[in-house]
Amino acid sequence: MLAKRIIPCLDVKDGRVVKGTNFEGLRDMADPVEMARFYNEAGADELVFYDITASVEGRGLFTDILRQVASEIFIPLTVGGGIRTLEDFDRVLKCGADKVSVNSGAIANPNIIVAAAKRYGDQCVVLSMDVKRVNGQFRLFAKGGREDTGIDAMDWAERGVKEGAGEIVLNSIDTDGVKNGFDLEMLDALAARVHVPIIASGGAGNMEDFAELFAHPGMDGGLAASIFHSRQVSIRELKRYLRGRGVEMRL
Amino acid sequence: MIAVVDYGVGNLFSLVSSLRSLGLETEVTGDAARLRSADRIILPGVGAFGSARARLDASGLIPILLEEAGQKPLLGICLGMQLLFDRSFEYGECPGLGLIPGEVTFLGDDLADKMLKVPHMGWNSLEIVRDDPLFKYFRGGEYVYYVHSFYARGCAESILGTSQYGNVAVTGVVRRGTVWGAQFHPEKSGDAGLRLLRAFAEL
Repeated sequence: MLAKRIIPCLDVKDGRVVKGTNFEGLRDMADPVEMARFYNEAGADELVFYDITASVEGRGLFTDILRQVASEIFIPLTVGGGIRTLEDFDRVLKCGADKVSVNSGAIANPNIIVAAAKRYGDQCVVLSMDVKRVNGQFRLFAKGGREDTGIDAMDWAERGVKEGAGEIVLNSIDTDGVKNGFDLEMLDALAARVHVPIIASGGAGNMEDFAELFAHPGMDGGLAASIFHSRQVSIRELKRYLRGRGVEMRL
Repeated sequence: MIAVVDYGVGNLFSLVSSLRSLGLETEVTGDAARLRSADRIILPGVGAFGSARARLDASGLIPILLEEAGQKPLLGICLGMQLLFDRSFEYGECPGLGLIPGEVTFLGDDLADKMLKVPHMGWNSLEIVRDDPLFKYFRGGEYVYYVHSFYARGCAESILGTSQYGNVAVTGVVRRGTVWGAQFHPEKSGDAGLRLLRAFAEL
């Protein structure tokens, strides 16, 4: 059977990896290529790179980094951040990305999902969502979690999958950076609505959080940044621990 | 020299990088003479069977591939492996190259548990059914990376390795004579995948 995936996420700004708490107060962490090598050695099942650079220079730097990572690390690479057009898909796929995640770009232009799925296949299109509870509703947020779109996140996910998104990354703004566990209530609500792989993001604080996540049906992967970057949790140890708990892991 | 067949299908960045990282001389080519002079050929491919077949037809390379397949090791990867079979039923029936007996059908039709997701996408363990020089550096049970919705059936005599997905033993690696096929992506399967490519280069 398919192994559950452990996925470190690297937010890249101006060629460096950063990770903030609740999306603010970004801290410089390390060199992305070094970190990619480190995580590959440690047994990461996939790497996610988010380009959080706004400038053109930063974007060029990002694709250089991506190309360098993809020419020496041979596991699936997902790239997101600033993806708005088919040209953006093309640009990162040519540099060795396997999957491209869209977030605000799809909110601004939902047709990008259909168009990209038709051209590159559903498996290539990842719908990434930042979601927060507002008045008892799971609300979709845009622009790195700063802007409430007023859209029901679960409706959005269902629509995205219908249009060709082959995977969903659900980042709970409510649990992000809190390190008190994944947002299982939100994730369960999503699993009840869509039938594509779900990657949980936001809230992992320790190894037990991952065990709890994978005890829920429909969860395919756990994504985290700071707990891995800070070496608070070692991917190798985490995977051994999970296998010991009966979770299928690639070791 | 390993020739990676260029017929306008898919992104070859990772495949070429992985071969080069192993120190293997690699050339992406759609040129008949280069395919003839290569020591080994890799037929890649992603996307739908019908459109890949049409592009392969348009490339004019099919007679060369059929000829060379008997002379030197050829490895089909993912859709490139599916093309090796007699036919596929993806969006209607379409003929393959007929290098390996069998056909390619929708995986979802054979899964008893309808909650299992299709595409079969992610890391699955590859069990060795029949030992082969391709597994020289590979241990049965190691994980490889799959992304596909169709799979090869009716090819029992050619199967070297399978991965279990629900009730289905997904055809993972096949061989007939000097023609090999891998449904998964060795170039995305980490160290285990690189070791399979290294073994292919030594065949």
